[in-house]
Amino acid sequence: MFDYTFQWRQALRYVPDLMDGALVTLQIAVLSMLIGGAIGIVLAVGRTAQSPWARWPATAWVELARNTPALFQIYMAHFGLGSFGIYISPYAALLGGIAFNNAGYLAETFRGALRAIPETQTRAARSLGMPPIQAFRLIVVPQMFRIAFLPTTNQMVWAILMTSLGVTVGLSTDLTGVTQDINARTFRTFELFALAAVFYYVIAKVVMLGARLLAWRLFRY
Amino acid sequence: MLETDLSLNDMMFLARGAGVTLLITAISVAGGTLLGIIFGVARMNLGRVVSGLLAVILDVFRSVPLLIQLILANAFQAIAGLGLQPFTTACVVLALYTAALCSEIVRGAIGAVPTTTRRASRSLGMTWTQDMTYVVWPMALRVGLPSWIGLVLSVLKDSALVFWLGIIELLRSSQILITRLQEPMTILLIAGAIYFIISFPIARLGGHLERKWREND
Repeated sequence: MFDYTFQWRQALRYVPDLMDGALVTLQIAVLSMLIGGAIGIVLAVGRTAQSPWARWPATAWVELARNTPALFQIYMAHFGLGSFGIYISPYAALLGGIAFNNAGYLAETFRGALRAIPETQTRAARSLGMPPIQAFRLIVVPQMFRIAFLPTTNQMVWAILMTSLGVTVGLSTDLTGVTQDINARTFRTFELFALAAVFYYVIAKVVMLGARLLAWRLFRY
Repeated sequence: MLETDLSLNDMMFLARGAGVTLLITAISVAGGTLLGIIFGVARMNLGRVVSGLLAVILDVFRSVPLLIQLILANAFQAIAGLGLQPFTTACVVLALYTAALCSEIVRGAIGAVPTTTRRASRSLGMTWTQDMTYVVWPMALRVGLPSWIGLVLSVLKDSALVFWLGIIELLRSSQILITRLQEPMTILLIAGAIYFIISFPIARLGGHLERKWREND
């Protein structure tokens, strides 16, 4: 057992490259959360709407996003769109796939949060003379974010972990992509991916810690 | 788009892929749940140091992408000369991943049983084991089962990543067919539909149980 010499020094040489990759990973995760969150709110409202024309597409999106693998969704963006003659870059395919996935999960989180806000809040806002849109934007949404904050943070961590799937559609600029790229040149698989794992772990922890601090600053009475 | 070169044989190929996906999921969930219950109970009963250490180790499995875990485990077994099949490696990694998530569910579920109830059972003369099997288990099961079903579904979907080790599961078999037939949309839609058909009823069952059991609380 273990007739193998670990070459950590060789792997550590590539830390700056991994740093660059980590930045791309974070960028994709943040963008996908912003896009997914925006669509998620629309879907959450759509699922509770009266009109079946709003309810049906929203429900379909949510169920599709939640009941198929994220990898499948990224494949659909990358290979599936190709059959309509639409060819997008691996970066766009990954971002689109994760944003689609995030939107589905966040919609359910937001829907749960919306249900937790008393109906009287909206009615009070309306009777103060606010138009429906304004009442929703100024009264309901802030409260929704407060309730949904922690699950949303978890989704952010999932989004970061999901970005590692970009390598399967040929993305070579994110953390996993960079690692795989160097791996193909040096064959130090274990050392390099162990380093990447440390990177992901640290990023996930920093995001969680940051979210805790933010929640503490934002949501105390 | 409706014209396709997909033959019955190709459909059988996809079905076999789906079988591999289900097999990996079943093995990992069975092993992972067992380990998860052990870890979860251990974390609630062992000393602060041991349980803290266990928590940190299990947390690693939840904070590192599964793909990286699979690559690392596969590289490690090659370095250590274990000579494991990729299928075994994949099942071990997925089981540990499941265990890490399951231990949290177990902890939450046991924590949801009121302390007073457990004290009452102990003061009636029940041993710790009796308390766990006759009082905690039935009550915690109702709290934990819906989340556990969610976990099973996420393992089912995450099992798509084992293709990286060369295992031909559902999504990988669809990729092979795409390379041969050049009909990405049709084949991906079929693969997606298979995932959906497996996953959706279980998700509905989970939601149903959650709603049904909440009424009685």
